[in-house]
Amino acid sequence: MAAMAAALRGLGGRFRWRTPAVAGGVRGAAQGAVAGQWDYDLLVIGGGSGGLACAKEAAQLGRKVAVVDYVEPSPRGTRWGLGGTCVNVGCIPKKLMHQAALLGGLIRDAPHYGWEVAQPVPHDWRKMAEAVQNHVKSLNWGHRVQLHDRKVKYFNVKAGFVDEHTVRGVAKGGKEILLSADHIVIATGGRPRYPAHIEGALEYGITSDDIFWLKESPGKTLVVGASYVALECAGFLTGIGLDTTVMMRSIPLRGFDQQMSSLVTEHMASHGTRFLRGCTPSQVRRLPDGQLQVTWEDHTTGKEGTGTFNTVLWAVGRVPDTRSLNLEKAGVDTSPSTQKILVDSREATSVPHIYAIGDVVEGRPELTPTAVMAGRLLAQRLFGGSSDLMDYDKVPTTVFTPLEYGCVGLSEEEAVARHGQERVEVYHAHYKPLEFTVPGRDASQCYVKMVCLREPPQLVLGLHFLGPNAGEVTQGFALGIKCGASYVQVMQTVGIHPTCSEEVVKLRISKRSGLDPTVTGC
Amino acid sequence: MAAMAAALRGLGGRFRWRTPAVAGGVRGAAQGAVAGQWDYDLLVIGGGSGGLACAKEAAQLGRKVAVVDYVEPSPRGTRWGLGGTCVNVGCIPKKLMHQAALLGGLIRDAPHYGWEVAQPVPHDWRKMAEAVQNHVKSLNWGHRVQLHDRKVKYFNVKAGFVDEHTVRGVAKGGKEILLSADHIVIATGGRPRYPAHIEGALEYGITSDDIFWLKESPGKTLVVGASYVALECAGFLTGIGLDTTVMMRSIPLRGFDQQMSSLVTEHMASHGTRFLRGCTPSQVRRLPDGQLQVTWEDHTTGKEGTGTFNTVLWAVGRVPDTRSLNLEKAGVDTSPSTQKILVDSREATSVPHIYAIGDVVEGRPELTPTAVMAGRLLAQRLFGGSSDLMDYDKVPTTVFTPLEYGCVGLSEEEAVARHGQERVEVYHAHYKPLEFTVPGRDASQCYVKMVCLREPPQLVLGLHFLGPNAGEVTQGFALGIKCGASYVQVMQTVGIHPTCSEEVVKLRISKRSGLDPTVTGCG
Repeated sequence: MAAMAAALRGLGGRFRWRTPAVAGGVRGAAQGAVAGQWDYDLLVIGGGSGGLACAKEAAQLGRKVAVVDYVEPSPRGTRWGLGGTCVNVGCIPKKLMHQAALLGGLIRDAPHYGWEVAQPVPHDWRKMAEAVQNHVKSLNWGHRVQLHDRKVKYFNVKAGFVDEHTVRGVAKGGKEILLSADHIVIATGGRPRYPAHIEGALEYGITSDDIFWLKESPGKTLVVGASYVALECAGFLTGIGLDTTVMMRSIPLRGFDQQMSSLVTEHMASHGTRFLRGCTPSQVRRLPDGQLQVTWEDHTTGKEGTGTFNTVLWAVGRVPDTRSLNLEKAGVDTSPSTQKILVDSREATSVPHIYAIGDVVEGRPELTPTAVMAGRLLAQRLFGGSSDLMDYDKVPTTVFTPLEYGCVGLSEEEAVARHGQERVEVYHAHYKPLEFTVPGRDASQCYVKMVCLREPPQLVLGLHFLGPNAGEVTQGFALGIKCGASYVQVMQTVGIHPTCSEEVVKLRISKRSGLDPTVTGC
Repeated sequence: MAAMAAALRGLGGRFRWRTPAVAGGVRGAAQGAVAGQWDYDLLVIGGGSGGLACAKEAAQLGRKVAVVDYVEPSPRGTRWGLGGTCVNVGCIPKKLMHQAALLGGLIRDAPHYGWEVAQPVPHDWRKMAEAVQNHVKSLNWGHRVQLHDRKVKYFNVKAGFVDEHTVRGVAKGGKEILLSADHIVIATGGRPRYPAHIEGALEYGITSDDIFWLKESPGKTLVVGASYVALECAGFLTGIGLDTTVMMRSIPLRGFDQQMSSLVTEHMASHGTRFLRGCTPSQVRRLPDGQLQVTWEDHTTGKEGTGTFNTVLWAVGRVPDTRSLNLEKAGVDTSPSTQKILVDSREATSVPHIYAIGDVVEGRPELTPTAVMAGRLLAQRLFGGSSDLMDYDKVPTTVFTPLEYGCVGLSEEEAVARHGQERVEVYHAHYKPLEFTVPGRDASQCYVKMVCLREPPQLVLGLHFLGPNAGEVTQGFALGIKCGASYVQVMQTVGIHPTCSEEVVKLRISKRSGLDPTVTGCG
């Protein structure tokens, strides 16, 4: 029967040997247990954003579902609960600490708005961290409750494939369990990369797996890397008053629009973050007083530099969490260069009933909402009779640096590379948020640009927004761009006054015109 | 020749007797002065958002343009500079004082985020008001500079029509000037309405024309009205720590979605604004100690109530500034009931070469961006060879109450009225902004709903968002809805995490389903 099912599946991939789930979210264990061949209809490995979304959706569609999740402690010993990177060591604690940093600036604004706050106001890391950690713990618990409510079985075990339908789970105490499933989804995500070749890196450094869980302030910090993780961490550390340095080998925010990226780091530099550009660390060692002495090569001058820090944070990329999965036992192919799992547009791996979603997959954006949507759509295709594929095009995102950078669609470079300089029109503006005026904040880096095809009606290819609340601003435009918005339609959209987002619908100056893009007046 | 032009204009309204402006923004005064018949190609009456946008655009297209502007002091004697309501007594000072109020809440949040701010922090009205007023004055100056740079002639005179091409301007000292123009645009906007029938209203009350220019704190304030002006003012006054009461006769935010409006006032009430509902004031009098005693009728109980306040602010609507224009001399028709000017889709009044834009026009949204766009498009049609009309449909807006309310498109009531209950599907969610968690803020009123047609692909008819930064959130969705977004397309849009705006693209619960719309977790 399994052979027949496989054969049917081959005929277009839509025809399932399971009858569709009954309506109303009733558990379909009986249906699912056709022939009682497997323990579960769906086994999800990894309880992060994508895995949980997929599991919950499948359960809602009446299937028998299990999630296995296990957090290997970081080299520093940091561990956390259910929910994956986003909840524990990513988006959530990051955004909360970003908010803490923003509040620092707003407190400095406050006297200009009439609030009699005695300056300067000191910041207490312990208090912030405890509040953030408590919130994360409440989310861990919330995820447990959600799985329970939807009758998804949860196992806190480390999983490895035994064969293509069976996974062995090993609990903390060493106890083992065998779980079999008709469909298996791998959603184990990734972990920060340690530059193991650098002496002292692993021994003395921390990563984003640790920073949000520190009980004590990291103090004077060196952040190594130029990723958004590096810049976001350096941004909030600076914002809460810590002496913070970013060391980067080459360009910031590779893959993002480079003009915007430069403005992001320019803003950070003008607000106190130090930058060591063109430098790579060569050694970290602990001094007798407990401080860390970092030695680096400055590739511009060819000289060696040294500095002492309380904390060294590596933000030099992430590696997929595939090593302990024994993927070879199941025959799941990975990329030889990245170790990420290879999938097709249906998220299927080289083994047709094994899927992978989220950060563990080759070529996917490493973002919570894409993993969530991919997981949900996958469950709907598997158990809900849907044929909707995840569309990874025009995915918006926002970098939560002190001045936030939101974008969707193509960077200017990419648009030019694809369409040619002559076929691309870029509209742009330097604007001043109204709220910046009263406290006299510098708005030099508040900038928006829209990348369009030049030919009327000038299809919008990409939008790039640097300014306060960039995430809130960008989301709606992502819908517009998804709907095929043209520059003409953007110009027909009435602004909301006074906001920063209205600057997008007021973009009248093209780069090609050479005119001053500074917004004046209302 | 004028007759011929009028005749040609009648044939579709696109054919102009002036040659198109030369490219590149070169002044076309010579062209414009065909026959030297009029002083100006375009005369704009009113230097507010719409008028200035129209004047600047026309000048950019090479025409000879003049703007006349004059601010009649408020009954309290408040006066201000160039730029109109938005800049001086509207959006700009309002948003800045709103920001001041928001900062009050953020300062209370700050200790939870580790900032050791001694609480409570007192607020100094004088300092805030001075900063806000200085910013407004800088904008006044900016507008003057911009007109000068674009060679738009500016007259600080009070204008009234002499005939259909001529306007008399009277300066402060009484000096008069006659200005004639081929095209005239009326953009005089409106002013707050005083309830003149209420004893003491005019004598002791102030309006939004005054509140932003007060040097001293208004103190304990009664805001009368249920308009967005009333709620915004009451919101920021409460937020900076003043004892504030809103008195409303009937429903808040008439014309807006009523479920959202209720949540707005519910949030305000839970954050300290007092509400006297179903009440109308009958008298204001000054007590010997200088306080104002207000007497009102409570229509629910039928009883009379009284209270004392330092300030009474009327926010009971606005009247168009048309009375002193002598519109009858030019033959411009107004609505008998509202006194607003009647125009067609090209913004033309009953006199073909006289136009009106902005708040002074009957049936238009009273919003700066619509006036700006209407003014610019009008100039482009008049002098730029364009035929693009202003589209007043699906105009987004945001009410800057303490919890901001942004919306675009139809309210739920209106959608049901137009399409019928059975053909409308409403998706909704109660969500909690991530930033609210750490300080333990109550998010009971953070709510979003999307009103769609029920039939696939479920065209989006309206979006309503109540929460922080609603203006920033709503703008982009206004583009999407303008592009004809469907619910299916909204669901295909990937969220930006963690934001409040992502709640819109995660709306999966319909009202019809009866399921709990409370968002849990990140999924």
